Amino acid sequence: MTDHSAPAPLVAAAPNGMLRILTRRSEAVILPLAALLVGFGVFSIFLLLQGKSPIEFFSLTYKAGFGTAFSWQNTLSRTAPLLFAALCVALPARLGLVVIGGEGAIVLGGVAAGAMGALLATSPGAMALPIMAASAMIIGGLWIGAVGALRYVRGVNETIASLLLAYIAIALMNHLVEGPLRDPASLNKPSTAPLPDTLRVGDLPGWEVHWGLAFGLLCCVLAWVLIEKTTWGFAARIAGGNMRAAQVQGLPVGWLIIGFTALGGALAGLAGFFEVAAVHGSANASLATGYGYTGILIAFLARHNPLAIIPVAILLAGFEASSGLIQRRMGLPDATTLVLQGFVFISILMSDTLYGRFKMFAPERWRSA
Amino acid sequence: MESDLGLWVIPLAILGGAIRVSTPFLFVSLGEVLTERSGRINLGLEGTLVFGAMAGYASAYLTGSPWLGVAAAAMAGAFFGLIHGLICSLPRVNDIAVGIAMMILGMGLAFYFGKPYVQPVAPDLPSINFGWWSDVPQVKAALRVNVLFLIGAVLAFAMWWMLRTTKIGLTLRVVGDSTDAARAMGLRPALIRTMATAAGGAFAGVGGAYLSLFYPGSWNEGISSGQGLMAVALVIFARWNPIACFGAALLFGGTGALGPTLQSVGISEGYYLFFAAPYVLTLGVLIATSSPTRAMTGAPGELSITK
Repeated sequence: MTDHSAPAPLVAAAPNGMLRILTRRSEAVILPLAALLVGFGVFSIFLLLQGKSPIEFFSLTYKAGFGTAFSWQNTLSRTAPLLFAALCVALPARLGLVVIGGEGAIVLGGVAAGAMGALLATSPGAMALPIMAASAMIIGGLWIGAVGALRYVRGVNETIASLLLAYIAIALMNHLVEGPLRDPASLNKPSTAPLPDTLRVGDLPGWEVHWGLAFGLLCCVLAWVLIEKTTWGFAARIAGGNMRAAQVQGLPVGWLIIGFTALGGALAGLAGFFEVAAVHGSANASLATGYGYTGILIAFLARHNPLAIIPVAILLAGFEASSGLIQRRMGLPDATTLVLQGFVFISILMSDTLYGRFKMFAPERWRSA
Repeated sequence: MESDLGLWVIPLAILGGAIRVSTPFLFVSLGEVLTERSGRINLGLEGTLVFGAMAGYASAYLTGSPWLGVAAAAMAGAFFGLIHGLICSLPRVNDIAVGIAMMILGMGLAFYFGKPYVQPVAPDLPSINFGWWSDVPQVKAALRVNVLFLIGAVLAFAMWWMLRTTKIGLTLRVVGDSTDAARAMGLRPALIRTMATAAGGAFAGVGGAYLSLFYPGSWNEGISSGQGLMAVALVIFARWNPIACFGAALLFGGTGALGPTLQSVGISEGYYLFFAAPYVLTLGVLIATSSPTRAMTGAPGELSITK
């Protein structure tokens, strides 16, 4: 996915240069927001056709997702894996790659963390936790990095390959969790051995939100710095704009592709680590709950900007956090969230066609009005 | 009787499984051939497949006729394809990304409307016994062929002929190979692509109806696990040739039948790994048939994944 920021030429710093830059930048904020609202609008019509009240839906979502301190904690706990999952889409996207198999890296990262934790059960947390996190990142990085490598070396379509690998990852997890890594004591829900308390990741001080959120926010900021402020990020953006031009310029396109996909996968693996070490306490089928797929939508809504991922992830986490209450109160099925996500996703993609169409975002065209 | 057959049970069951499992692959890949030959890729067929399964099942249950279910699934699929086609006709909208969105929306809507139909039992699609000459139950089971499979096989050859010799086929290929050439001929590429995507969606919908109305023959949220997506990859493997799609669908069907077959003869070790076999095969086939440097033979020139 390329970044469709305004194709305007660089404008010399006029006295109102700041205003001009802000105006041009605002396009990238206002259009996605408008698309989000249109998506909500279509979803509201969908609800009205079912005889359900959209007002009730959104007010319940607000109440259960953002209304109280408790609901905020619920929302923020779900935000953590979404941040990582969205980064797994956004980082390769800056190179023009549509990688959608982050779910696979999350699942295998979780299994790696769970297996490592079972192996190091008697070690002190200060030693075992970094090893668990590192193994989750390595397996996730290898998994999605392989997608990048296949793309560069063999020209394999990364979208299809990553989704196939996600299915393979889930099958591998089922095999490992029901076979070699199974804790005999887990009867109904096959799992790895439960982590001892020393190997659990706790909550942020004073909150009931685990440390994954802090790391997720940190990774978003670091990813933003990587893309916007380093030469690697600069090279990646050039390659994302025009792969051939980047190759002609002698940029290491292959390493950029493999590096960015592997980094995205490593972060998704970290999401799996936090899900196991902070939420579930062992690796099992609960790892495959679709965080990877929600991450795709978040990255696209944020236009693959790591900082914009933060508010979007919180918003979508709020919808997921309130899904239970909406099911009970409004009698809607659990797939309602998926329907909403589908409408919003289509709306945001349609808005791609509008960039550069509005004069109000292009100061250099104002005078000709 | 079973002891007489010995290990022959396994290839026989895989053959039967290939015929049974391949039909959705066949329909989705035929639909995708139509769409991709026009120069677009619709990754949303996974969602269309799932929605078709739900729509087909619900309609068959409500009307009592499985064929009305198939018709409803085809119409729903065409509608999804139409939406995809219209959205992608907007300038600068990425067809791969829209496909992902349609996948999410299709599954969401299918699960949303399909909730009440998980319990009830809908009538099955009829099948023909080609194993009447044998008294061996395994042979009989393997040769009980569903009508939709036969229709799909006929359609594969018909589509090959259509693409090769008819005016419609030629138009589709021109649009798929060069937008400029098509415009110069006075054709309307966006309109033709939209229609090809809608027709492709109808095929995928029928594939979904087969899932819920014959094999496995019930509606639930786990009915498709990537068959729609694998079929899209299969089209690349089949080099956009409908007849090759038929062969590839049988191969994929056989692989998909591996896990259940081995389980049925008592080999349950590594069941989940055998379950992953179709995905591994798809990926392997993609790796083997892709190339980083040259365009793939037979690939439509305007297709975004091969450019």
